[in-house]
Amino acid sequence: MTLPAFELLQPESLDEALKLLGETPEAVPIAGGTCLLVDLRERKTSADVLLDLSRIEALRRIEIVGDELLIGATVTIAEILDDPSVAAYAGVLREACKTFAAPLIRNRATIGGNLAHASPAADTAPPLLLLDAMVEIQADGRKRVAPLHRFFAGPCDTTLKPAHLLTAVRIPIPEGAPRWTYQKIRLRKADAISVVSAAALAAPSKDGPPEVRIALGAVAPTPIRAWDAEETLKGGKLTPEAITVAAKVAAEEARPIDDLRGSAEYRRREIEVLVRRCLSGLMSSNGGEADGA
Amino acid sequence: MEPRAVTLRVNGRTHDVALAPNATLLEALRDLGYTDVKSGCEKGDCGACAVLLDGAAVNSCLVLAWQAEGAEIVTNSGLGTIERPHPIQEAFADTGAVQCGFCTSGMIIATKELLDRNPDPTEDEIREALSGNLCRCTGYGQIVEAVRLAATRLRDLGSSPSSSRGDDTPREAGHEVDPADRLRAVGDETEAGGDS
Repeated sequence: MTLPAFELLQPESLDEALKLLGETPEAVPIAGGTCLLVDLRERKTSADVLLDLSRIEALRRIEIVGDELLIGATVTIAEILDDPSVAAYAGVLREACKTFAAPLIRNRATIGGNLAHASPAADTAPPLLLLDAMVEIQADGRKRVAPLHRFFAGPCDTTLKPAHLLTAVRIPIPEGAPRWTYQKIRLRKADAISVVSAAALAAPSKDGPPEVRIALGAVAPTPIRAWDAEETLKGGKLTPEAITVAAKVAAEEARPIDDLRGSAEYRRREIEVLVRRCLSGLMSSNGGEADGA
Repeated sequence: MEPRAVTLRVNGRTHDVALAPNATLLEALRDLGYTDVKSGCEKGDCGACAVLLDGAAVNSCLVLAWQAEGAEIVTNSGLGTIERPHPIQEAFADTGAVQCGFCTSGMIIATKELLDRNPDPTEDEIREALSGNLCRCTGYGQIVEAVRLAATRLRDLGSSPSSSRGDDTPREAGHEVDPADRLRAVGDETEAGGDS
């Protein structure tokens, strides 16, 4: 089936893109096209006008700005995997990107596209939620920054307003060297969407035990932080008992559904298992594990 | 939805073509006669349509033709010919990695990017690199063997001072190059001495 008809705007600069978006608020941004073109072809979505971001150099950069690691919206997953700053300051994001689809897709798919598409299973989301990442959003003449967890509104839905563009992800550079762990269950060992993913991070604090954060993918209408589970760990040590409690609470606060990759019941059990593994792993070394089921 | 004139650089050759905004790179390439680029699933799952876009292997079904303007596009037929195959192509033939052949162009393109980045991959790295390329005939064993053989041969070529590294970069960037001329140079050990 061929693609439906659409106009394609190809701005050369961010200013031009924001101007065009102001004039044509219904325009749908496209970069790698790895989701959008498939959805258009299958008539799952429609667009009369596409705004191609791929010529805008300013959106395709990874840089350290002050105490933040800034990843432009059209940086590809492959570029994230190759970048030394990401490896140094956002290792958990890199780990998740290793399991992102397949190399042919990673060479096109972008971090902005992955977030703006807002799949509950978006692979870059749990690590970014864990890192307290912010999204940078621009509209003609204005720039604002918001926490990533407020960007997601529901399955494939965001709080992005018309004529507003997601331009970058900003990750606060962590103090010290936080430990992190990542787990993803998928139906095959490569090129597979997650059934459940979980990630945990222990941010060192000067006085007292580290702050433990937990994020989950594919178990709720959006990727989520497991705030209730984190609360149970506040100020305490990561004992086996504390881990068991936190894992149970994480499973309770998730809202998984039945779909072709797994049942809600299966997912709820797996959340508990993965969170337990992630938290136990925080006591040893950094690392990730992606299972075939 | 007006077509516009788009300049595509494919296998070192320049094409000026009128293309609608919803034309994919896959459709444009096949219309231009690059039928070595296969149309499989058209949703990024199978890898049969893989080409190199500025050195990176991508599914051409998921690239709009307008987006590919200005990029250096290389297809399997740009790497070598039957008379003068690229070492990767030769390795696929020698190991029996080709059965129906439909996935082969894409497999070879994915292999090219892998070996450019990693000349000595492990079996796991090979399987990972080819995980977006589906083969429904061979069971992948011979394909992995082909990649390993190609890697060995390219390393041997690379360590020999008078030989080619199987470089796919067109040697006369900026000029129109007849693909036939360029292909004669590929794999020609006496001619392709150093880096281009």
